[in-house]
Amino acid sequence: MLEHYMKQGSSYASHIDGLVWMIFLMVGFWFLFAEGMFFWLLWRYRKKPGEKAAYFDEHAEHKIKYNWVEIPHRLILVCDVALIVGAISVWTEVKISMPQTDETVRITAQQWAWTFQHAGPDGELDTMDDITTVDELHVQLGKTYKFELASKDVIHSFSVPLFRLKQDAIPGRVITGWFKPTLAGEFDVQCTEICGIGHGIMPAKLHVDTPEEYAAWLANPSHYLAYHY
Amino acid sequence: MAESHAHAHEPHGHAHHEPEGWFKHYFWSTDHKMIAKQYLLTGMLMGVVGAYFAYVFRMQLAFPGKPVPGYGMVTGADYNALITNHGAVMIFWVAMPVLIAAFGNYLIPLMIGADDMVFPRLNRLSYQIFLVSAIILGASFFVQGGAFGGAWTSYPPLSAKAEYNLTPLGPSLWLIAVALEFVAFLLGGINFVTTAMNARAPGMKAFDIPMAVWMIVIASIMFMASVGPLVAGAVMLLFDQLIGTGFFDPDRGGDPVLWQHLFWFFGHPEVYVVLLPAMGFVAEIITVFSRKKLFAYKTVLYTSIGTGVLSFFVWAHHQFIAGIDPRMANVFSVTTVLISIPIAEMCFVYIATLYGGSITFSVPMLWALAFIGEFLVGGVTGIFLGASGADIYFHDTYFVVAHFHYTFFPIAIIGTFAGITYWFPKMYGRHMNELANKVHFWITTVAFNGIFIPLFILGASGDHRRIFDYSNFPELATPEMQAMRVFATVSLLVLLAAQPIFLVNFFYSMFKGKQAGANPWNANTLEWQCPSPPPHGNFDVLPDVYRGPYEYSSPDRADDFWPQNSPS
Amino acid sequence: MVKPIATTRSATGVPTGRLAVWWVIASEIVIFGGLLASYVMHRLGHPEWATYAAHTNPWAGGLNTLVLLTSSLTAVLAHNAAERGNGKRAANLLMLTCVGALTFLVVKSFEWYHEISEGFTITANGFWSFYYCAAGLHGIHVIAGAIIMLFVAADARKNKELQRVELIGIYWHFVDLVWIFLFPLLYIAK
Repeated sequence: MLEHYMKQGSSYASHIDGLVWMIFLMVGFWFLFAEGMFFWLLWRYRKKPGEKAAYFDEHAEHKIKYNWVEIPHRLILVCDVALIVGAISVWTEVKISMPQTDETVRITAQQWAWTFQHAGPDGELDTMDDITTVDELHVQLGKTYKFELASKDVIHSFSVPLFRLKQDAIPGRVITGWFKPTLAGEFDVQCTEICGIGHGIMPAKLHVDTPEEYAAWLANPSHYLAYHY
Repeated sequence: MAESHAHAHEPHGHAHHEPEGWFKHYFWSTDHKMIAKQYLLTGMLMGVVGAYFAYVFRMQLAFPGKPVPGYGMVTGADYNALITNHGAVMIFWVAMPVLIAAFGNYLIPLMIGADDMVFPRLNRLSYQIFLVSAIILGASFFVQGGAFGGAWTSYPPLSAKAEYNLTPLGPSLWLIAVALEFVAFLLGGINFVTTAMNARAPGMKAFDIPMAVWMIVIASIMFMASVGPLVAGAVMLLFDQLIGTGFFDPDRGGDPVLWQHLFWFFGHPEVYVVLLPAMGFVAEIITVFSRKKLFAYKTVLYTSIGTGVLSFFVWAHHQFIAGIDPRMANVFSVTTVLISIPIAEMCFVYIATLYGGSITFSVPMLWALAFIGEFLVGGVTGIFLGASGADIYFHDTYFVVAHFHYTFFPIAIIGTFAGITYWFPKMYGRHMNELANKVHFWITTVAFNGIFIPLFILGASGDHRRIFDYSNFPELATPEMQAMRVFATVSLLVLLAAQPIFLVNFFYSMFKGKQAGANPWNANTLEWQCPSPPPHGNFDVLPDVYRGPYEYSSPDRADDFWPQNSPS
Repeated sequence: MVKPIATTRSATGVPTGRLAVWWVIASEIVIFGGLLASYVMHRLGHPEWATYAAHTNPWAGGLNTLVLLTSSLTAVLAHNAAERGNGKRAANLLMLTCVGALTFLVVKSFEWYHEISEGFTITANGFWSFYYCAAGLHGIHVIAGAIIMLFVAADARKNKELQRVELIGIYWHFVDLVWIFLFPLLYIAK
């Protein structure tokens, strides 16, 4: 359902969307059931001349309660268990597990810009050929990336809707995570935690390159040399 | 009313009291009803302020870069200050004073058959502190640097250092205002709880207490139990701002995430603090207008207590992606999803109350039913956010905004209108105009959905919050998304345009409305068994209680209601 | 002001004043609880704070503990006197409790003067921030309690509102108890 609104661009995007779809079906059922019952009762028991409302004593109430409360209670519990299993398995995949990664990218947020430290041609961070860019992240299609996220001043949040990835950047900490792009193109990186008056002007570009495009980018320093320090 | 009602040990000399001056009557009164009206009118005034903020920033979102009529150009700093204070005002200065303080003050003594609160002067002090807090908040807009713009959650380091937020005074004034508001509600809460515990009419046992009183009491206890750490946190943050300590400064051994824990440990129960009173009003109204006993009284009570207790263990679901240990998220996801059980049960019980009823669609009933219908949307959309895996995508998008407005709007606006239209005849002894109220109801409810349904879709499209101009984000600046923003804004304008109908009706009916009489709705609860409006001291003779509050349509009686204080 | 009848009722059987004091204490417990929990979490994350804590003066803290415990005893004795209807004796014992509070504050100010002159101010580091914040919040409670006690004592001397002697006593025990938690956490834990 979500892919209708936002393309899926990472290996786990479809899993998150699947979870959302499952939740949608479950809560959709309960929602329609409850609202349907609600409006039906409103119609059925609207005031009619000469009819008095029912009065349930403790005994009658107890019997009705079984249908109205006990049965939904158990069904909701079943739904909850399914939901929790789904939520935790997706969460574990995206946020807890760390697969074998091909490359690491260092992301630093500050008021109001993103700095991306790419590993460069040798694929290793903190070497001479690292490429540091501002507000522009280049990754290769199909490679698995580890990211190290930090902030220089206030709390920011690194969000790539295409990837279904979001992680707050906390000053004083380095938070790691991973992603694997599966769709080539040019996409938005957003800061999603309010970070001051420039919060609305803190976008960055994500370039998911094919190997050829990536090689061309690496080969032409003028693309990034302006930022290289 | 037989004279035997009066208890020998309770003197009743309240009918005659010396006339008081104008100032003493309106500003220095210890009468719970006057204090309730002070809270109600202050809350309504602040509601107008909060609505104005919403108008300005929604106009900016729909028509970015164009001056907003009645405000002017909206800068990034303005926008942040507007959204921050819209949230803070609507929760701390509208929902809480109206739902808990105004109705709590008005209803608790009347509904339990007492002549006032047990601490009348504490009550007056509570309102005065509240008023000061509102004034300080207002002042924060006019100081150097402008009002605080770091969101109502006020996360440090942004809120802690002027070099980051660029508003040297705003954050401290904001924080002092919020802290004073907490103090006001702590005093008020202690008063509510002790009054409901100790000042009940003779014969009123625990399960004879109307649900509205129970809910306000449970909410007050939850508030007291949850706000403490945030009071401590507010002091710490204030020290960080003003004298340069480093409680939340990572460079000096502090921890910014600590604030988030302190804030949300309060912030999540706070949702239920305002929800429960509204649920209480709805219980009163749906029973009266369906002439039915409240279905499963004890279940409602136990589920609301259960929800209250559980809500203390879910706070970190606001922080799934905030850098807490990701394994913690699993625990909090489980507790959060489990809260669906008591809440769903509560909704089912309310819906079941309609079963077998004889339903009249009068204005208070329409509001109460709208509460149930709309709150269900807020409830089910919360599941998407409580499930940690799905929250990765939805966190801090307009989906969240739409979700919590589908809970807070029913609570704070629909619940308030339900309460006002239901108790107005008691408060002022007159009816509001029914037709005007119905017009207002339909426009407000339809327009409300018009505002927030598009926001769900925007959120699903990845639209994130608190951005004053989307033109920097190509994926979010598409014509389709902009069209939805415009639709939401137009719906807001329609909603706002309908509110003068209510305000005029409210003030006109106060003086010119049709006389209502003591018990216009044929209700059972004690507040309807005294004159409208109740005099100083409330009851001519303080009532005794003989039965529960919801004995409607009893087969043993010709009348379809059975007041709690009627001996037979 | 005519006293509302509501103030004279007691549906639970517990006097309203005592009930309210317990609720005040309940809400205070969460305030101090939040502060101390934050402190403990930080302390566990910062082993180096033990060296800062070594600069506190446990003898002064210990003396203050003794002073507060004694003042709690006089508060209990005041309650006993009030129960027997001896308002004058209750008032005198409350004044003695106030003297305890004053002693506590005097010792505290010497301590703080000494620490501040050594450069350990509230902004020195995280430990000292918590130290002054927690002890300061407690100190405000001591001052507030002592002031209320003066009013209660003045009434009690005229044999009025004697039930309030018990209420202020309950509150004073709470203030004492908070110190019992603060003392080891701030002074002794190394």
